[in-house]
Order: sequence, then structure tokens, then C-alpha cells
Amino acid sequence: MTAYILRNIWQKIILLVFVSIISHAIVHLAPGEPSLVDPSNPRMKAEDIARIRAAFHLDDPPHVQYFYWMRDLFSGELRSFKDGRPVLEKIGDRFFNSLALFLVSTLIVWCVAFPVGVRAALHRGGLYDKAATLVSYALISIPGFFLSYMAIIFMVKNFNVPVVGLQTFGLEEASFWFRSMDRLWHLTVPALMAAVAGTAVLSRYVRSQMLEVLSQDYMRTAYAKGLSDDVAVYRHGLRNALLPFITMFGLMLPDMIGGSVIFETIFAWPGIGRLGYEAILARDFPVILTLNFITAVLVLAGTLISDVLYAFADPRIKFQ
Amino acid sequence: MKPTTPAPLDPVDIQRPQASPLREHWEIFKRNKSSLVSLTFLGLLLVLAVVGKGLTDWTQALDPQMVRLAEKFKPPLSPFSSQWTPQEDAPLMGIYLLGTDELGRDVFARMLQGTFVSLTVGFVAVGISISVGIFLGGLAGYYGRVKIGFSIPVSFELDDLGEFYRWVKIGFTVDTLIMRFVDIMLCFPVFFLILTVVALLPPSIYNIMIVIGLTSWMGTARFVRAEFLRLREQDFVHAARAQAIPEWRIIFIHMVPNAMAPVLVSATIGVATAILTESALSFLGFGVQPPNATWGNILADGKSFIFDAPWITFIPGFAIFVVVLAFNLCGEGLREAFNPKLRKQR
Repeated sequence: MTAYILRNIWQKIILLVFVSIISHAIVHLAPGEPSLVDPSNPRMKAEDIARIRAAFHLDDPPHVQYFYWMRDLFSGELRSFKDGRPVLEKIGDRFFNSLALFLVSTLIVWCVAFPVGVRAALHRGGLYDKAATLVSYALISIPGFFLSYMAIIFMVKNFNVPVVGLQTFGLEEASFWFRSMDRLWHLTVPALMAAVAGTAVLSRYVRSQMLEVLSQDYMRTAYAKGLSDDVAVYRHGLRNALLPFITMFGLMLPDMIGGSVIFETIFAWPGIGRLGYEAILARDFPVILTLNFITAVLVLAGTLISDVLYAFADPRIKFQ
Repeated sequence: MKPTTPAPLDPVDIQRPQASPLREHWEIFKRNKSSLVSLTFLGLLLVLAVVGKGLTDWTQALDPQMVRLAEKFKPPLSPFSSQWTPQEDAPLMGIYLLGTDELGRDVFARMLQGTFVSLTVGFVAVGISISVGIFLGGLAGYYGRVKIGFSIPVSFELDDLGEFYRWVKIGFTVDTLIMRFVDIMLCFPVFFLILTVVALLPPSIYNIMIVIGLTSWMGTARFVRAEFLRLREQDFVHAARAQAIPEWRIIFIHMVPNAMAPVLVSATIGVATAILTESALSFLGFGVQPPNATWGNILADGKSFIFDAPWITFIPGFAIFVVVLAFNLCGEGLREAFNPKLRKQR
């Protein structure tokens, strides 16, 4: 087991090196440079641009720049082109905002998708199943930002829910409890919107997984020995149907960065996705590259975690 | 009366399948009403897109770039008023079917132009992604066991005997190389990568298609590889190889058509995803640039006026929603049609 994990980690590190090389190449070989973002600024003289380029090693060949990037990233010295702050610090500032959004929306996804999916599987072909199928297809097909705009109009008019930012301005002096509730209140709409598509997809998976389990022999045995429907379905069926979803938990981890760009932009949520968007606008290469790198780490860590969790949950899986 | 003896069964007829595979898939596909409706709808939409392209290019009544500042923010179905605007700028039949936007452009004409552009983005992006996917997946599946590699001399010294060389072989199977590359591509955050590349490259509709296509081929490659591993050992492939048919012909003419079922399903859903991605890019301001109208950038332009002129936002929004839904339902129908478990028992 330990040997398997170690070998797996080793392979993933090699993958990670290739990922970093490719992303570095994409960003640096594409046209458009940080010094060209603001060409109309009268205070930028030719020698200023040369000085900035020298300070960020932009005149060196790409492979040398890659080594500078790697060295600075791991020594924590990597600085943003835009404001000179260390990149890791910038990302760290935003990380917990994104994490909160991610956790709450994941919680919503799992709490809604499972009951809906299981019920749809139990009433296969019925009215409920058909309605659930149609609604989930509709929710997958609707553009997230369009739905968010409709939700903003509707919610603001009817419920007075805040839809902009992290907290109410001017509440810094309030008590801790009050501030936490305020933050949670601000989190409601963005988390709901971010959860919509995930809920629709996951409920379909739960339904098909549950259908598969319900047709197994051990389910017939469970019914045949006289167990009540509830015990058979929830203790014998659902447990087995749950197995693949353990792996999904790990695979959803990278969505924290990639999937949140749109929602964080709409709701002015100061998270990692928005940081990436701002960095792209400013051609802030170190931030873009580091976010790419962190996402790749999250993807690989997610697959590793799901492999290991699966082995713990399912005794049939053996590692060589 | 002498009973007629039944005609002797032709042995060839017994062996011949009842219906061609295509017909069989079509029968299953037809059973799902929502998929059938979606397919019809998409067919009509395709016609509309082509006709609309012609109309918006060649008729003045449907010119999507016609600016009529006196006529801005007219709600849908409002009539054309010739008080300030010359008569030859009138929209089709003198009615703004879907209203006008902040520059007095006819939203109907813009939507018509956008239909063609949005569908083109979807289809070209998916075309690129399945071409790359089939090519790499096919190579990985067919040449899976072939090793390619190189030898490098490694020198080492023994204390008294001097320097020695030894050739060390470094080799990977084609399968390993390609599938590792797929793994690498899967590590990238797709939307973030698309956004980065589109923002860095000069804005152009072709760049968007290419970038969406080149970041979404991994699923297809995996499906095709899996199918090829199954097909590689089948008789018709052995037969083809025995006839010394060139390998590229075996791969692309004999094997690829047999591996198309999962590709077709993922391509159908891929078009939907590409349209959604394009609209999301447009929403962030990196999408298709004016004067080309797409549903995504009509929506993105309209969102600033959502309270004064909600139709500019809602019409493209619902158009995207309905078309993506149709593609998704169609893909689901195809998935069922190609599912061997649902095939008629023989």
C-alpha cells in the first residue's frame, strides 16, 4: 500500500513537471507582454520598460525563464509583475474566500443530489423521475451566468439578499457573530448558483448508479429474505451505490479554482478565480502560471486521494 | 385444396440480419420522443442558420449592423416609426420582431447572424477536438505495443581498466506516451487555460474555435483507444492485415467507422459545451469580437441594460438554453441508441 502510494506520487511529480513546462511555454510564447498592457502611460519610457524587463528576466530565453520561475516559486520569492507582492501571499489572501464558497456549494450539491437521485431511481419511469430528468437537463443546459443574472434580479427584488462582495461595508466594528452571519448571508446566492450545475450532473450519476445496484442479485436476496423496503434500499443498496462517489470527492477538488471564475466575477467575490481573471487582464505571468500549477497539483492530489479512499472503502480493491 | 408448402428458407436469408445496424439504432433513437423532437429542432435550426447567414449578408432589411439611434430600446414587436429614420432602413415588414438594442440595431437580425456564428463555433471546435482525439486515440490503440525509443551511451570508469561505454535503452510504448500526454492535458484547468490563451492571443473567432477544440479532445481519445483495443483483435482487422492493406487505411477506413458510436455521443454533447464556453468567454469580454454577433456577445452587451431593456439579455439567454438543451437531449438519445443492452434481442 505504502509502496503503491509512493510510486504513484513519484509518477505524479513527473507529470507535474511536464504540466509546468507546457503551461510556461504557452504563456511565454504567446504574443502580448506585461510591458505592453499600458502603452499609453506617458510615464513609461523606453528605459523603464527595459528596466522592468530585466528585473523580471523577460529578456532571457524561455528555458532560463522557466528555471527562474521554478526557483522563485519554491523559495517563495516569486513576485507579481503588477504590484511586486509575493505571489503565494496574494493567493493565500484569496484562498479562504474561495474555499468557503467551494465548501458551501459542495455541501448543497451533495445534500440535494443524493435524495433526488435515489428517489428518481426508486420511481423509475414515473412522473417524478421524468420531471427530475427534465429539470436536471435544463439546469445543465442553462448558462451559469444567465441563471445568475435572473437570480440576482429575482432575489434582490423579493428577498433583499446581498449579491455583491464578501461582507457589508462598515461592519468591521460589529461583534464576531454578527460578522460571521453577515458573511454567510453574502455567501448564499453565489454558493447556490455555483451548486446548480453540479447538483444536476451529480443527481443523474446517483440515479444511474442506484439503478445499477437495484438490479443486482444481492438486492433480490435482500428482498427475498423478507427485509423491509427501507432496509433493503438504504442499507444494502445505497451503501453499494455510494462507492464510486467517494472518488468524485477527490475529483471535484480542482473545481475550486477553474470552475469559479465566472461566479466570482459576477458576484464580485474576492476569490482565487477572480484573482486569475485579473491576472490574465494584466498579463501578470507569475500569478497565472502559479495558479495553473496549483490547479494541476490539486487535480493530481485529488486523483491520489480518491484512489486511496476507494481502497479503504472497497475491500475488493488491492494494490500491487 | 392442397395446402401450400412454405417456400424453403434461403440459407443466405437466415444469416442476413433483420435490419441494418443503422436502421436498428434509428429505431431505438425514435422511441425517445424528446430526442426525436430535439433532432428535428436542430435540423430546422441548421437550415435557419444557413438561410439567416444569407439574409443578413444580402438584404438591407435584416442588416445586423444597421444603427438607428432614434429607434433604440424598442421592445419586441414594436412597429418601425419613420419619423427620424429614413424609410430604407426599416426592418423586415416594418416590425422589430425582437426589439432593438442600445444602438437601435434590430435584435432579430443580430440573433439570426449569431445563430450561424455560434453554431459554427460549436461545430468547428468539436470537429477539431474529435479529429485530434480520433488520430491520437487511434494511434494509441493500434500501435499500442510498439516501442519507440533511443539508446544513449553512458560512460563509466572502472578503476584500472579505463573508460567503458554502455548503451542504455530508453523506450516507451506509443500507448504510454500518448496516454501520459492525455493525463498531462487533463491536469490543466480547462476554462482557465482557454481564458488565458484567448486573452493572450489577438482576438479572433478562429482562435476561439481552435483553442476550445484543442483543449477538449482528451475524452474522445480515451474512447477511441478503448474501442481500438477491442477491435484490434477482431477478425475483420486480421483479414484486412492479411490482405496487406496499408495500415493507415486499416485504421481510418476499416476501424474508425466501427469506433464512432461513443465519439458521436460525446461530439453531440461537445457542441453544446462549446457553445456554452463561447458564451461564457463572451460574457467575460474575451469572446467573439464585434462586428460578428454571437448569442454570447449579444447577451454580454445586453446585461448592462437588463433593467431597462430585459429582452436584449433574455432572448439570447433563452436561445442558448434551448439549443444547448436540444444538443444534450439529442446526445442522450444517441447514447441510448448505441447502447448494446437496449438492442432488440435476436
